[in-house]
Amino acid sequence: MMVSMSASAPKPPSSPARIARTLAITSGKGGVGKTFVSANLAAALSRQGLKVLVLDADLGLANLDVVLNLYPKITLHDVFTGKAQLDEAILPAPGGFSVLLAGSGLVEYSRLTPDIRDQLHGIFEAVKPRFDVILIDTGAGISDVVLYAVSMAQEVIVVATPEPTSLTDAYATIKVLSAQQGRETLNLVVNQVARAGDGRAICAQLQQVVDRFVQGPNGAAPRLQLMGDIPLDTAVREAVRKRSLLLELHPGSAAAQGVLHVAARMVGR
Amino acid sequence: MGFAIASLEPESSVATPEPDDVGDLRLEMALSLLSQAGWVPPSGPAPGSRLWLQSVIDGLCDLSSRDALTGLANRRQFEAAIAREIDRVARIGEPALLLIADIDHFKNVNDRFGHAAGDMVIQSVAACLQDCVRPMDLVARLGGEEFAIILPNCPPAFGQTVAERIRNRVRACPVAIIGGQQLSVTVSIGGAFAPQWVRSSAMLWSERADQQLYRAKTEGRNRTCLDMPPLTVVSAEEKGLLFGSLAQSDPFSASGPASDLPKTTE
Repeated sequence: MMVSMSASAPKPPSSPARIARTLAITSGKGGVGKTFVSANLAAALSRQGLKVLVLDADLGLANLDVVLNLYPKITLHDVFTGKAQLDEAILPAPGGFSVLLAGSGLVEYSRLTPDIRDQLHGIFEAVKPRFDVILIDTGAGISDVVLYAVSMAQEVIVVATPEPTSLTDAYATIKVLSAQQGRETLNLVVNQVARAGDGRAICAQLQQVVDRFVQGPNGAAPRLQLMGDIPLDTAVREAVRKRSLLLELHPGSAAAQGVLHVAARMVGR
Repeated sequence: MGFAIASLEPESSVATPEPDDVGDLRLEMALSLLSQAGWVPPSGPAPGSRLWLQSVIDGLCDLSSRDALTGLANRRQFEAAIAREIDRVARIGEPALLLIADIDHFKNVNDRFGHAAGDMVIQSVAACLQDCVRPMDLVARLGGEEFAIILPNCPPAFGQTVAERIRNRVRACPVAIIGGQQLSVTVSIGGAFAPQWVRSSAMLWSERADQQLYRAKTEGRNRTCLDMPPLTVVSAEEKGLLFGSLAQSDPFSASGPASDLPKTTE
């Protein structure tokens, strides 16, 4: 099969023992800026000299291409169906990182067939040795495909906004990830906060409810780690509308600073 | 056809050519098709004028998007509508339900009473279906005795009720066929919700609804089976705690319950 062939391709000699740090970026609710965070966080990490890949595992709704203004000719879908090699589907993105796009209409998020699971896994294993950091941009919700995509990553970043519906869905995601995957630590990024620093109270509030109602397989509640908050900022809207990275369009904006803080905390930890 | 989403479509950018001489156009076939379908020429504009020509074109567009037997949306219109609905669900996250209804034992009707009776059954079921949905919903005849209904903004909690209402309406509506006989007809209905926030494909969405239709058929017909989205796992008590203190810190929502909180962003 195409995937396993790519997986056994010889590694470039310049990167002998590289194994990427892998993070899944998920949210529960859609439309909270998950893809915005993925793309700009990837750009921020690239600036620190890291080789970053964003894997668009939002199999039904490939939005990353829209955010980055890319017009991919080859997507994961082509790799899955054997029409293209994995290498051909890894594209350079504007922020100095690489992307692997799902292509829309690949699969409905609610149905994870063993075949798709194996294909995703094969591709993931194949790209791991080639990057320092892999961000998996998952779909919204807590479907099979999302949970599987998250399960491939070592760490999880939950993106939420202070909106009640977003917090509820983020909480539901945390609950499911703790129960099904035994996640003991979950990272939280609070997007669209009114003021920088508001994320702290929201994280504490979530932690309080988690402590009371969520029990992982080991009997303990998972710990939420605030990776930072990103203020609500008109610069973000503009960047999205212009289909540019915020870090390139308005690097001095409050939201860009928020993203840079998240990246710094991620690397510093 | 009152399909609300149609208005969201951007206006076509195709330039309209000036019809120098309408008399040169071969309109006989078009006009004959239209009159056969019951089209009434507009009373205002003079035949051959631009306005008149526009109404001919509108009539043809309408004709090409309808099923000839039932007047419902045809497969072509259904496919355009489901593609638009998928875009909406992906963008807005609104729940949407697709139902596929199939007349039970339709072959028996054809075999015992003839194809004319079969056509009458199809017309009657079509009218029933059209009669019990909202104006924003789209009822289409996919072919044969199979119909599809797209229900935008349909919360999962109401799905079963809606599908059952449709099924019961058809069952309660006997079909008068030639010879004064009355046939009682039932439908099996399969349904699936589009995955919210995710761009599905028409094929996958229909396939899931089809699987449920198959289930309804194998479980004995005259029933509805829905593929439900996963249930939320957060209780009211947990929700209350999640927003309790946040609500207090928000001067605009101090009096309301947590679920009625105004959105804090956008």
